Amino acid sequence: MLKDGPRWTAKQVGRAKPLVFLLALYPLFRWVWLGFSGGLGANPPEFLIRSSGIWALVALGLTLAITPLRRIVDQPALVRLRRMLGLFAFFYTCLHLLGWAFWERGWSLSSMWDDVVQRTFITVGMVAFLPMLALALTSTRGWIHRLGRNWQRLHRSVYAIAALSVWHFWLVRAGKNDFFEPYVYGALLAVLLLIRVAFYARRSRS
Amino acid sequence: MPKNAIPPIAASDITPESVWLSRRNWLRQAGLGALALGSGGLLSLDAEASQAVQKLSAAPNPEYWLSAKQTSEKDVSSYNNFYEFGTGKTDPLDYAGKMQTRPWTVSIEGEVARPRTFDIDDLLKLAPIEERVYRLRCVEAWSMVIPWNGYSLATLLRQVEPTSKAKYVEFISAVQPANMPGLNDRIIDWPYTEGLRIDEAMHPLTMLVFGVYGKMLPNQNGAPMRVAIPWKYGFKSGKSIVKIRLVENMPVTSWAKIAPNEYGFYANVNPDVPHPRWSQATERRIGDGFFAPRVETLPFNGYGEQVASLYAGLDLRKNY
Repeated sequence: MLKDGPRWTAKQVGRAKPLVFLLALYPLFRWVWLGFSGGLGANPPEFLIRSSGIWALVALGLTLAITPLRRIVDQPALVRLRRMLGLFAFFYTCLHLLGWAFWERGWSLSSMWDDVVQRTFITVGMVAFLPMLALALTSTRGWIHRLGRNWQRLHRSVYAIAALSVWHFWLVRAGKNDFFEPYVYGALLAVLLLIRVAFYARRSRS
Repeated sequence: MPKNAIPPIAASDITPESVWLSRRNWLRQAGLGALALGSGGLLSLDAEASQAVQKLSAAPNPEYWLSAKQTSEKDVSSYNNFYEFGTGKTDPLDYAGKMQTRPWTVSIEGEVARPRTFDIDDLLKLAPIEERVYRLRCVEAWSMVIPWNGYSLATLLRQVEPTSKAKYVEFISAVQPANMPGLNDRIIDWPYTEGLRIDEAMHPLTMLVFGVYGKMLPNQNGAPMRVAIPWKYGFKSGKSIVKIRLVENMPVTSWAKIAPNEYGFYANVNPDVPHPRWSQATERRIGDGFFAPRVETLPFNGYGEQVASLYAGLDLRKNY
């Protein structure tokens, strides 16, 4: 691993947080800008539902990239960015869900329920959302203390959430045989998980 | 009301004549402008010029005049499914400009007494060009209201005299490898193929389309000739057609081949038969605005009075 430079302190990484926060808001700024400049196209609801879904997946991928990255560049303090990125993944997922609830289901709970039970890709998406909600709610310092060792066990479900999210995306594209993007996201997430396996294997050998 | 008339909606939906006339006037001016440009020396139109505004004079046909608010011309020509140019909705607008639409011939063959290859310019003169305002309902649950220019497909089919063996009609779209980047996607087994039962094809609502909004079809909308079958999901209406084949057996159509559980041969608009991945009960009318509620989808897209009798005795849940 790269062990040349000095290690950043938690405080130093903390100072970068406002910048990361603003960068993570880029999709939101972009939508507003596109909205005012007529750039959302002929079907803005479709654009926004799809775009928020993609950005939720991107944010989830960035969240999962923190752990391998801090080991590879030997900067453990980078972990201070992880919760914020995870909450952004949750934020864009919520917008994705609200877009579906309003534009596709007209806020009708019975119509949403029908969609969840009738359609596999909606079921899978919802099954991914529920643990994500639990992770977001237990992301505070208070809950970390309260749950102790169980907190980490609970938060390992992020791997299942990531797999379900890619599966959801794959199912959306299944009808059109258009799998390029789901494969790309699937491959990136697989790499992020394999790096963890490699680290784990090396640690248990040494 | 004539037999095939579409029931009018509210009077408030009808475009005032003054507005309509001024649009016509503007179109005429735009058309003359293009003509003046042409007389400047360039006699042969290249691909780009043919993409520019070329007027197509069409007389409104009141029998097929839907008085709902028309989708904007911009949306009609920038939000398209035309996979030969890519799967994105704006890919056709971005990449269809290279498609060569002249010279263009359409061959009609198979179970016909007089097979023939027509030049596109002869087809434009075969019958008076009408303007008809149709609903378009995409299988993806969005819809538009579009003023198409053309005439009934039956007019053309009668020219070639279908035999008694002609039970189905197959539409084959163009393949231009050098000009269609989407052909590399291998999603569809090209060429794009669609089809109808002969009685559907002969129905006066089934339209051979050469223009839209009083102009020649933009490439992304299926230039130089497509069909429009308003009571069926949009994918049934093949674009940029080069061959029409009359056949005895039900043809295997492109989407039915890719996903037979999702797309059937009939593909009549039906709010009661959901697509496996979404409901067909409602639709989003393009251009209705950000917070507009969805619109109820009508059986046969609102053309039941004219076409429901074609399917008497057919289980439309099985034959989706």
